[in-house]
Amino acid sequence: MSVELLNFIETVLNGLMSGVMYSLVALGFVLIFKASGVFNFAQGVFALFAALTLVGYQTGQVPFAHLINELFGTNYHNWYASMPNFLAIILTMITMIALAWIIERLVLKHLVNQDPIILFMATIGLAFALEGVGDLMWGSDVKVLDVGIPSGGSIWLEEATIGLAAEGSDYYGMYIDVLNVWATVIAVILVITLALFSQYTKTGRALRAVADDHQAALSVGISLRTIWILVWAISGFIAMVAGIMWGTESGVQFSLSLIALKALPVLILGGFTSIPGAIIGGLLIGVGEKLAEIYIGGYFETGALENWFAYVMALAFLLFRPQGLFGDKIIERV
Amino acid sequence: MRIKQLLIGITASVIAISSYVEIAVADLKFPMLVYRTGAYAPNGIPNADGFVDYYKMINARDGGIGGEKILHPECETGYKTQVGVECYEKNKKDAMVFQPMSTGITYQLIPKATADGVTVYSTGYGRTSAANGKVFKWIFNAPATYWDGATHMIRHIRKENFGNIKGKKVALIYHNSAYGKEPIRTLQEAAKKHGFKLSLLPVDHPGQEQKATWLKIRKSRPDYIFMWGWGVMNQVAIKSASSIKFPMDKFIGIWWSGSENDVLPAGQGAHGYKALTFNAPGANYQVHKDIKKYVFAKGEQSGDGSHFGTVLYNRGLFQAMVQVEAAVVAQKIHGTSKITPAMYRDGMEAVDLSAERMAELGFKDFAPPFKNSCENHGGSGLAAVQQWDAKAKKWSLITEYMYGDKSITEKLIAEDSAKYAAEQKIAERCN
Repeated sequence: MSVELLNFIETVLNGLMSGVMYSLVALGFVLIFKASGVFNFAQGVFALFAALTLVGYQTGQVPFAHLINELFGTNYHNWYASMPNFLAIILTMITMIALAWIIERLVLKHLVNQDPIILFMATIGLAFALEGVGDLMWGSDVKVLDVGIPSGGSIWLEEATIGLAAEGSDYYGMYIDVLNVWATVIAVILVITLALFSQYTKTGRALRAVADDHQAALSVGISLRTIWILVWAISGFIAMVAGIMWGTESGVQFSLSLIALKALPVLILGGFTSIPGAIIGGLLIGVGEKLAEIYIGGYFETGALENWFAYVMALAFLLFRPQGLFGDKIIERV
Repeated sequence: MRIKQLLIGITASVIAISSYVEIAVADLKFPMLVYRTGAYAPNGIPNADGFVDYYKMINARDGGIGGEKILHPECETGYKTQVGVECYEKNKKDAMVFQPMSTGITYQLIPKATADGVTVYSTGYGRTSAANGKVFKWIFNAPATYWDGATHMIRHIRKENFGNIKGKKVALIYHNSAYGKEPIRTLQEAAKKHGFKLSLLPVDHPGQEQKATWLKIRKSRPDYIFMWGWGVMNQVAIKSASSIKFPMDKFIGIWWSGSENDVLPAGQGAHGYKALTFNAPGANYQVHKDIKKYVFAKGEQSGDGSHFGTVLYNRGLFQAMVQVEAAVVAQKIHGTSKITPAMYRDGMEAVDLSAERMAELGFKDFAPPFKNSCENHGGSGLAAVQQWDAKAKKWSLITEYMYGDKSITEKLIAEDSAKYAAEQKIAERCN
């Protein structure tokens, strides 16, 4: 095989893997939008908050330590040296469920039947408030997140593919980050679990009913509030998974909340109401931006296509298919 | 009766206001543009803490500068240029000096501060040609500029290659902003002079996703990578370099890409990574002891004190020390403790931080000596290379402090500042 072809395959594979990381964030958006019609601007901050909380539990950090010490003149920083990963993840999940409950009680309950734009604005407020609370609770330092997921280039793949190129050619084997492979496996498990949950459980069917028609669901006795808490809690769980993956890659820090911006083009491409759309959209964006950066990036003096090319793709889709690949068709009745 | 009460009220108000004005004028105002929130907060916080702890120590230990207390109001910029300009406008009255902590903000403040008569001190960042004091009267960027930094990197790799880097491949990975683009011109000149091949790899803000960039690097196999990064860009780049098994001792960051925050997330993978610095790491200097005694002991440290002695905290100490020293010099020159912003500028221009003076200030062997002058606002240009030991989790200096390659930088500074002078119709001074 020619080195060019191998490099092309490597770029596509890495694009797909990056796309999975984007899809992890986009999934949380889709779930909430399907169930409540709310575009949750705070989803990126959810991922950040979950990752901060997980590291906080892992390292025994006292929440709000700085505030407590300032107010009471104490000097508390850590409760314990470390906590097993499994326990820390469980506690983080409980925290995210509690957060969903608090959001429903304090925000959503009071905004039922408001216009979508009002709900959207509320989630913008929520994003900034939650970022501030996260800062107060856990501090702004870069935190190292290690839950035992391996990372780094796959030596196996490199060695297995080095012989594919013609002998004597300048080829070093194919590169894939093991962390991204794990992210793909976890995303697949997550999507299958979500599909099984929504198809085969009573609560899942209630969730789908609410997604299809709020009024009809209410009329058959489904509690809208319970479903909202549930769906926000599931989104919180997905945010935790996304936070773990992204946080392992770059350390947990406040720029993590900006990964939500990576999910926007994914949603535009895949549609706001489709779980498969979030996955396919993520993969397309991932591959598109990597190919653009590597193969046409050199023609742009400013470069750095990787960051904005996704939005060019999204814009093109908006012009020709505004509902996205798998989104519900937009029908305007006159 | 009412008129009497009104008169008493007005008189009392006038007295109160005039006494306030007296206090405000007597104190020395050093406004701080900080970023304790947002994507760059992990870098902004330790740096700001260093400033605040130093100012508090000077106020507690010496009773201020020449008896005048230091006021250090903070304004949060979030590393956003527009917000930084607003912070400047809000705080410029009676301000001695602004430290923008962002090259983007510095570029915006240069014409404004020049018109307002306010000193801007961009320590080792900002517009490189501001080192030319003949054109940039109010702007200072000592002790070293980005162009010095670029030539330090070249000097270091030339030393590793016995003086010959002809044909070597060097990649510059940079923050796609005014800051990151600053060394390009110098590196292009250096590439012509030394015959190495330079490739440019921009990374957009914030730099969380760089996979395609590192695939490019992996394919092109550069001999060295230089980095002008900030915030999460540094952490992702160092982790990515480790992931593609790029030799870390061939990866060199500028002094803003060499803090503990940048290397810790990569764990053992960051071992051997190098970065430039113009101040030493560690917490065993006299200034640290004084801060412990006069600030920490009273529980008055900035934040939780956890950044004490880190690279960016120490950088903040160094920056604050230079700013305070400029006020001391200004007081001596003008024979008054109640200096004005214009007097402060004179002090900054006459700063002479010799090794002896730094030792007196508690900074013995903490940084190389430097001196400003009317012509030179860029200091000595001295910087060293530090290397990260991932096992011991500490930075160590691995070279002496080196001078930049003035044969490249002086010509470029002259060209760029002449262009600015022509645009702004500034007549050269110091003649």
